[in-house]
Amino acid sequence: MARKKKSVPALNSSSMSDISFLLLTFFLLTSSINTDKGIPRRLPPMNDKPKENTIKIHENNIFQVLVDKNDRLFFDGAVGDIALLKDRAKEFLSNPQNLPNLPDKKQVNIPLLGEVMVSQGVISLQNDRGTSYDIYVQVQNELEAAIKELRDEMAKNKFYRSYSDCTHEQQEAVDKAVPSTISEAEPVGVKEGGKK
Amino acid sequence: MAKFTNKEERKVPGMNTSSMSDIIFMFLFFFMVISNMRESTVMVHQNMPKASEIQKLEQKSLVSYIYIGTPLDAKKYGIATRIQLNDQIADLSDIAAFIESERAQRSESERALLTTTLKCDKEVKMGDVTDIKQELRKAGALRIMYAAGKAKKAY
Repeated sequence: MARKKKSVPALNSSSMSDISFLLLTFFLLTSSINTDKGIPRRLPPMNDKPKENTIKIHENNIFQVLVDKNDRLFFDGAVGDIALLKDRAKEFLSNPQNLPNLPDKKQVNIPLLGEVMVSQGVISLQNDRGTSYDIYVQVQNELEAAIKELRDEMAKNKFYRSYSDCTHEQQEAVDKAVPSTISEAEPVGVKEGGKK
Repeated sequence: MAKFTNKEERKVPGMNTSSMSDIIFMFLFFFMVISNMRESTVMVHQNMPKASEIQKLEQKSLVSYIYIGTPLDAKKYGIATRIQLNDQIADLSDIAAFIESERAQRSESERALLTTTLKCDKEVKMGDVTDIKQELRKAGALRIMYAAGKAKKAY
């Protein structure tokens, strides 16, 4: 008797796509695509003896930004417009004409950049307990934008490319030359918070 | 003479659907990679402020969330601003324990990189946010992020 070769019947895989569709819809429903975006900040560390950390900063080195409980913005001792805040912060931090009423500069040797004049200015942000979070984020956003633009200008000056196109080392050097010095004032006095 | 016409009825051959599942699986993996699981149902109002200078977080596994806003269920929790940690409405004093438990879930090397994202409603007053920030400072969770939506640059 001649033996017939047995062939394995093909597996019916038509339901496979149904199963995978089911999985797909499950993941679509349970997951959220929206990525986490926001303004990153660093809080100053808590210290038990706040008196020791209080460093006297000269008046011309402080840029006071104040938001009161009615969400009114004050800077330079008067009510200010949020649209002007960025340019004012940029002027304060860069001090292009070396005016005496704007922050002092300190010569610092930074690798890749050489001798750079680093501004000693500190932006002091103060808000009331009744300030709305929305305005707070807008102000933080404007200040962040000011620092970002200054860094971009520095990068274009020194490395002939925008900040985002620089290498990691170059970005670090620019970060040192244009430090992000936004200090959130404690309820009493102005402390050097070292906010990054 | 040979017959040229086939007597059998002509049938449209069945479409081969074996690759269909491959395609769907590909979709599935794509969505699994780009999305993050919704880890908890949000029980407070969340209407994020808009900002233009926002950054993406690189590693989602290193983020813990604090939701702040007025409760959706006003009958149960009232209308005052509340904090939500994980899946429940919590108090300020619970934040320290929450940060501790978040840390315990991560390995030693990752703990320093742990970021706390504050998901605040627009209408929240800064007093509440400041209290939370003080709690975070006490707990030593210094890396924070103010969650915000994308806004176009106005100028």
